[in-house]
Amino acid sequence: MIGRDLLSIEDLDRADIERILDTADHMREVGKRVVKKVPTLRGRTIVNLFFESSTRTKASFEIAGKRLSADVINFSPSSSSLNKSESILDTARTLDAMDPDAVVVRHSVAGVPKQIADVLDAPVINAGDGAHEHPTQALLDLLTVRHEKGRIDGLTVAIVGDILHSRVARSNIYAFGKMGAEVRIAAPPPMIPAAVETLGVKAFTSLREAIDGADVVMALRIQNERLSGTYLPSVREYSATFGIDREKLKYAKDDVIVMHPGPVNRGVELSHDLTDHRPSVILDQVRNGVAIRMAVLYLFSGRRQENEQRVELGSTEKK
Amino acid sequence: MTSQQPDNPANTSTPSASTGRRVVMDDVAIRRALMRITHEVLERCEDLERLYLVAIPNGGVPLARQLAVNFKQIADVDVIVGVLDTTLYRDDLNLKGERPLLRETEMPSAVDDRMVILVDDVAKTGRTIRAAMDALMDFGRPSSVQVVGLVDRGHRELPIKLDYVGKNVPTQVDEVVRMSGSDGRLEGELEVVVMPGEPQTAGEGR
Repeated sequence: MIGRDLLSIEDLDRADIERILDTADHMREVGKRVVKKVPTLRGRTIVNLFFESSTRTKASFEIAGKRLSADVINFSPSSSSLNKSESILDTARTLDAMDPDAVVVRHSVAGVPKQIADVLDAPVINAGDGAHEHPTQALLDLLTVRHEKGRIDGLTVAIVGDILHSRVARSNIYAFGKMGAEVRIAAPPPMIPAAVETLGVKAFTSLREAIDGADVVMALRIQNERLSGTYLPSVREYSATFGIDREKLKYAKDDVIVMHPGPVNRGVELSHDLTDHRPSVILDQVRNGVAIRMAVLYLFSGRRQENEQRVELGSTEKK
Repeated sequence: MTSQQPDNPANTSTPSASTGRRVVMDDVAIRRALMRITHEVLERCEDLERLYLVAIPNGGVPLARQLAVNFKQIADVDVIVGVLDTTLYRDDLNLKGERPLLRETEMPSAVDDRMVILVDDVAKTGRTIRAAMDALMDFGRPSSVQVVGLVDRGHRELPIKLDYVGKNVPTQVDEVVRMSGSDGRLEGELEVVVMPGEPQTAGEGR
């Protein structure tokens, strides 16, 4: 069952994912109340340790923690102070000595949350590491699809955009694959990772083929610095061939939904019209993000000693 | 009739020597108890329009639904039925092993100025009812809160008493009292059984 840290979707099995989604369903209900706060994590401390800038994910974790009554501390070490004297692990150890019950880590380098988890007593939740994984994003995407479609198993999901540099794509490839969906990717050839088929996806360089009959089309954000140069000839070229608009969506299923992890480059990954209206569900994704992070904090928080005790108490969980 | 029924286990108990499992209420007994409770509520309630039944899952749900049917049948009143999970309000989350599973909450409207009746299947320590009262207050300010327990098995740990009791069932503290239906789901014919102690799972018989 669910381990101590949440570092990747790759580590989870289908039962773990379903447990998180089911828990998040109940957390959604809390978010619809007038009083959106429950006392569950009262007296607990959650540290948001964001080495890479982030507004949305950080706010989402902060709201999630507060809705569970935890105290949430935001810690965003500037790169300069890190360069001065303190290493990443020293920073993490310093924070750990303040006895948090969970540390949420984002870093621009893949693997940093794992390294931090190895030295901390507090459980670590990966909020995005380099081009590796962004597990809570994939979980909120699963939750959104499950709500829209009633299931995930058997659906066809097309992920469109810069697969090579995208931790969102990577986590979603694992997530939807484990839940029984057919995952397709579509991107200009330089943005398709080598040997991506080994992850169980079908790769396309034609958007039309990739979204043919799809239930879900997920567009990824293109980082501005990659919009011109080595990877892409121009913004215009990208939006003409891989930008999603209503015309191109005609090849997908009639009840297709369109997703985007945000923030959208309007008119690039999605047309203006699609950014704001159905069948895109971008704001539902944001809403579900809070519910997923509440579920994750509920299921994963607690100091190591307590967690070891948990494993002893719940020895049945070692299936 | 009073809510404190004289306890007479000999009537309904069917001890099974092999497992020690005994049925303390069968479906007929449960329906009769709920009907009696319906009448008791009607006797004490001045404004039926303000009644609001709040079931504590899982066992409270079929019981509250049946009470609503009874109110409709006897007094021709449509009583709102809500479902309120208490897990996020429990006082033992720090002590438990794995985090307990959450259950459904579905409160169709606010509880302000309502006469709320919490409905639970088995009352033991009173901690679930304490948690339910805290949860309830997050949905508004009821004018009063009362509690129905189908079975009161004793062993209270908090100063909480039930307003309406289906049946008092004296038990050993480590015994398990469970309401169940046919094929493990809370549907169809229900019964309440007492079983010998086994490791407690989340939220059971509390």
